[in-house]
Amino acid sequence: MEPCLDIRRLSAVLPNGQRVLRSVSLAVQPGEVRALVGESGAGKTMIGKAVLGVLPKSVRVVEGDMLVEGEDLGHLDAKARRTLIGARTALIPQDPLTALNPSRRIGAQMTDRLVRILGWSGERADTRIRQLLDEVQIRDPERVLKSYPHELSGGMRQRVLIAAAFAAEPRLIVADEPTTALDVTVQKQILRLIAQLQRDHGTAILFVTHDLGVVAKISQKVSVLYAGKVVEEAETARLFAAPQHPYTRALIAATPRYTDPYASLKPVDESVLAGLAAEIAAADKDWRPGHG
Amino acid sequence: MDEARISRRGLGPRLWLAGGWLVLALLAAIFAPLVAPQDPLAQDLMLERLPPFWLDGAEPGYWLGTDSLGRDLLSRLIFGGRIAFIVAFAAATSACLLGSALGLIAGYFGGWADRIISRVVDIWMAFPPVLFAILLVAVLGTGLSSVILAIAIIDWTRFCRVIRAEAMSQARMDYVESARIAGYGRIGIMLREVLPNVLPSVVALLSLEMGIAVIVEAILSFVNLSISTDDPTWGSIIAEGRLSIHQAWWVLVFPLITLILTVLSFSQFGEALKARFDPVLR
Repeated sequence: MEPCLDIRRLSAVLPNGQRVLRSVSLAVQPGEVRALVGESGAGKTMIGKAVLGVLPKSVRVVEGDMLVEGEDLGHLDAKARRTLIGARTALIPQDPLTALNPSRRIGAQMTDRLVRILGWSGERADTRIRQLLDEVQIRDPERVLKSYPHELSGGMRQRVLIAAAFAAEPRLIVADEPTTALDVTVQKQILRLIAQLQRDHGTAILFVTHDLGVVAKISQKVSVLYAGKVVEEAETARLFAAPQHPYTRALIAATPRYTDPYASLKPVDESVLAGLAAEIAAADKDWRPGHG
Repeated sequence: MDEARISRRGLGPRLWLAGGWLVLALLAAIFAPLVAPQDPLAQDLMLERLPPFWLDGAEPGYWLGTDSLGRDLLSRLIFGGRIAFIVAFAAATSACLLGSALGLIAGYFGGWADRIISRVVDIWMAFPPVLFAILLVAVLGTGLSSVILAIAIIDWTRFCRVIRAEAMSQARMDYVESARIAGYGRIGIMLREVLPNVLPSVVALLSLEMGIAVIVEAILSFVNLSISTDDPTWGSIIAEGRLSIHQAWWVLVFPLITLILTVLSFSQFGEALKARFDPVLR
């Protein structure tokens, strides 16, 4: 089966030549949830941004291919790429506070995209939005549609953003730490909603997170990222049962457990980090853009 | 929520007082020929330096007294308001349109556009504004349109700086990124997503700038570089009043009060409007 998203040997550098992504390869099959896990600064958000074409100006992709449903983004001109990304992908952002335009009503923001970009009729967009708000269990859509973002709680805003992401039936959704900015009880509900809608709509998700607990709950496959390099990739169940890479083992060991809340936090072992540093250095040693 | 409500209630009297004065002054200026008790240009040396109505020697019909040529001060202030308001609206609006447009482009697009526009602003702001205005009017020639043009040419940088900074911070917001992903064009995002969020600041600045325009016009009149010397303007009345301050203080004091009240009202009105426009404070 053709992957929904196929990233092949993607490398990106900062202006000073430092690599932020190191020949990252990963594929997301249709209808699959692929978790991308790593500590902050590992480049997991960067991968999502690269796919969606919103990398910061300072970051430059120097090699690699990205294919969305078999179409190579590198072979399309800027406009065609925008159209493809706009039609087939969506983002569930990290921070629901800044992801909605503060000066426009929720309803207008949600329908606008369907009408303007995808050319739907206003009526069809409106029906669709209401249907999605129902799916994310918003009980009073009338009030929500008329509200400004600041009038809704963080959890409600994230529901709105999830509804908006699924509204146009994208094939792929990039979820960029969608629960990180929320408090714990709301996190659980939001996670359940994303999983529910993902199953119902059969959408593939690239789920960026630093939380292994979230990984275990939502994903079928995992890529573990360290310093912009995929150090291990496996089916989720297998990763937790038999982690191969020492870093993965350390991460799993470092996860706080509800069953033992008084255990002290375990940092990743020095020897593991030294091993990683050696691995990264070896990967960089004979790397040249375009020949890697 | 509560905070927003408190601040809104607090804004009430400010908005009303400032708006009230502006409406009163504006109406008086528009209907000057009907409202003014005397002809502002009629000289009568028999009536020179009459004091305001509550002092001994005041004449009925000359409420705020007369100047050294016997011209009615109130009528002159009312007619002077016409020029003040024309300059305020025309000059501030022009400066606002030019400055906000460039600021929005610089802030949202960044890169080269920003570098060029910001350098021009830096260079512009290196000129002392009042001297710059005097120089411009001297070059353009006196008259209403050159005064307006001069103020617009000088003060667009105020808008440009503030709007650039605001547009920059808005452009970094996730909703702008989401709009990019959804497939909106850059200009569309600038106008539909960013502009509405900087609009409250534009409005506040516009109102403030009207006050500043009134001052600059007064300064130009004061140094005799504004409109033709016959038409009364607040600045020229102040300039005349300065000469007779020991004999007739009112000729200096009343136009000053009028000027200060108007400028203050513009800035307060702007602040209040900003709060009204801002959905988070509304």
